[in-house]
Amino acid sequence: MSEDKLIRINVPVLARVEGEGALDLSIRNGRIENLHLRIFEPPRLFEKFLEGRAWHEVPDIVARICGICPVAYQMSAVHALEQIFDCDPGPWVRDMRRLFYCGEWIESHSLHIHLLAAPDFLGYGSAPEMAKDHPEAVQRGLRLQGVGNALIKLLSGRSVHPVGVRVGGFHRAPDLRAVEDLLAKLRSALPEAEAVVSWAASLVATEGHEMPFTWVALRHETEYPMNEGHIVANTGLDILPADFETHFEEQHAPHSTALHAHLDGQPYLVGPLARLNLNHDRLPASIQALISQTGIKLPSTNMFQSIVARAIEICLALHEAIRILEGYRVPDSPFAEVTPKAGTGMAATEAPRGILWHRYETSAEGLIEKAVIVPPTSQNQARIEDDLKRSLEASGFHRGDDDALRLHGEKIIRNYDPCISCATHFLTVRIDRR
Amino acid sequence: MSAAPAKPRIAVHKFTSCDGCQLAFLNLGEDLLAITELVDIVHFAEAGPVDPDEPVDIAFIEGSISTPDEAERIRRIRANCGYMVTLGACATSGGIQALRNLSDSKDWVPDIYAHPEHIDSLATCNPIAAYAKVDLELWGCPINSAQLLMAVRALLFGVSHHESQDKVCLECKRRHTVCVMVSKGLPCMGPVTRTGCGAICPRFGRDCYACYGPAESANTTALSRRLTGLGLTTADVQRRFWFINNSAPVFAKAGKALEEDPDV
Repeated sequence: MSEDKLIRINVPVLARVEGEGALDLSIRNGRIENLHLRIFEPPRLFEKFLEGRAWHEVPDIVARICGICPVAYQMSAVHALEQIFDCDPGPWVRDMRRLFYCGEWIESHSLHIHLLAAPDFLGYGSAPEMAKDHPEAVQRGLRLQGVGNALIKLLSGRSVHPVGVRVGGFHRAPDLRAVEDLLAKLRSALPEAEAVVSWAASLVATEGHEMPFTWVALRHETEYPMNEGHIVANTGLDILPADFETHFEEQHAPHSTALHAHLDGQPYLVGPLARLNLNHDRLPASIQALISQTGIKLPSTNMFQSIVARAIEICLALHEAIRILEGYRVPDSPFAEVTPKAGTGMAATEAPRGILWHRYETSAEGLIEKAVIVPPTSQNQARIEDDLKRSLEASGFHRGDDDALRLHGEKIIRNYDPCISCATHFLTVRIDRR
Repeated sequence: MSAAPAKPRIAVHKFTSCDGCQLAFLNLGEDLLAITELVDIVHFAEAGPVDPDEPVDIAFIEGSISTPDEAERIRRIRANCGYMVTLGACATSGGIQALRNLSDSKDWVPDIYAHPEHIDSLATCNPIAAYAKVDLELWGCPINSAQLLMAVRALLFGVSHHESQDKVCLECKRRHTVCVMVSKGLPCMGPVTRTGCGAICPRFGRDCYACYGPAESANTTALSRRLTGLGLTTADVQRRFWFINNSAPVFAKAGKALEEDPDV
């Protein structure tokens, strides 16, 4: 066996991710010498063409960054702009934004669990293949995804690039009849979501993949975080979103078009497992009881439990959506009037894949002069590389079968639900032995 | 005993885009499983199967062409497919990222990336039709599942499929939706935009922003004049045309006309 083996894992088509990527591994003398997750999403340059656009165009523009989590982009944007314009839209809008976000978490997490991640754990190439042997599980997942989409549609007309959001609130308030209809659907979905938690937990080994790392999420005084909160980490970090740039740094690694972010020089995790680790005490008692039934200990340092964290967050989102809609009333106005002015605003919200940070500078007329957007996947990229390096070495696969190495690598990447690799069976191995 | 007739083979390819139009497949719910019974999905990375160079009967294309590699890839796909369908604004008109074609965008990459020498992109961002023959265009940002199913059904039955090019205004009339331009003075793009979305913006009390692209015989000059009459500046009106479908020829021209003759 050659001591000097260069293995290159190539991701020719970035499945469920935006763009193209590859994983380059070079192994020398049984050690991983170099590991790069390369992302080739063609640059779309949103931050540049936001410049010169009017404040009220921003929600419709930033939605187009991601078809899977447009709500997150709209929410971070409206919060940042309202900060500049001193606009407080009040409790009705606040509740509806939480409801809106619940829809996206349910839709995005259900899609990831059932269409992207579960086939890995059960040994199938795709969800339709898996559905032949596990029809109930797949159909249940698709139904939950549909319920999430229906929530987004209630407030915004369609689930991809929703049209209902404006700076200051929503264009239209849902009518009572539509709310009642949806409430019935949400109530019948809750037991299904609870079943997904135990199903997901049964797929994952409770022990064996632990490793120490840093995790970061929002934290709110009373709620499980979605639209508001401080940025906190297991390192003791506790800062306002406005101080993000002092602690977090985006770098351009030559092998990627996604910028890499670090916290005080270290890789870190954002997303469902990070949120759960830092906020499980904010979950309702019924969901905490559900977690203890699964046997999972929090905080968890096992990234494979991300699929369980997503299932738990689907339950939380359904629970919250039901609570909000049970208290629903039609408001006098679904939005607050906005008067634009010059300034700088920053906001972070919890996208399905983790913290999504926006900063805008506006002119006196409310034209965007500068925009900075830090998405979750670029924050996770350094952590994915760190995880891959440590996990692949620990697995021993790098010494043996290249197929096993590829599959294990794919599975690790999918734990992060990268919106770049939104994760399927996309890795092909190219081995270059010298 | 004769073998069952071979199922049509399809592929779904992604180029420069947000992934939102592929969701028209992935958001189908149980119909997604029904489709997998009717056709063989040969390549659809987001759903699992990856085999981009395999010949197929129908190739569905999401996204626009913005790198030399993408230009090469679309030509290969065209050579390997019987019928090519574009999904949504990016593939059909270039999409929102084609805005860089309208600006001096060569300075944009260095503004965002510290090592621009590693960023490989074409000078402009273009629709699929600029590189390969397209047989059917589905407009919209995003397309919706009903629209997609109608097209898939027509293709499977072997009948020709026609996308409506009616204006959003006609959809509002059919649905008894109150006109937001007349009643609220909003700068609605409905008079020049093709329907297909179900007129959701006016139904939500807001102005259409033309995400489904130009309607047939769109009178953009009259609309520009009307929008100016509502108090918009020339720059405001131009941005209305130069938005999601900025590179659709009718909208590109309408925006350009405002530059040349600001007093519409």
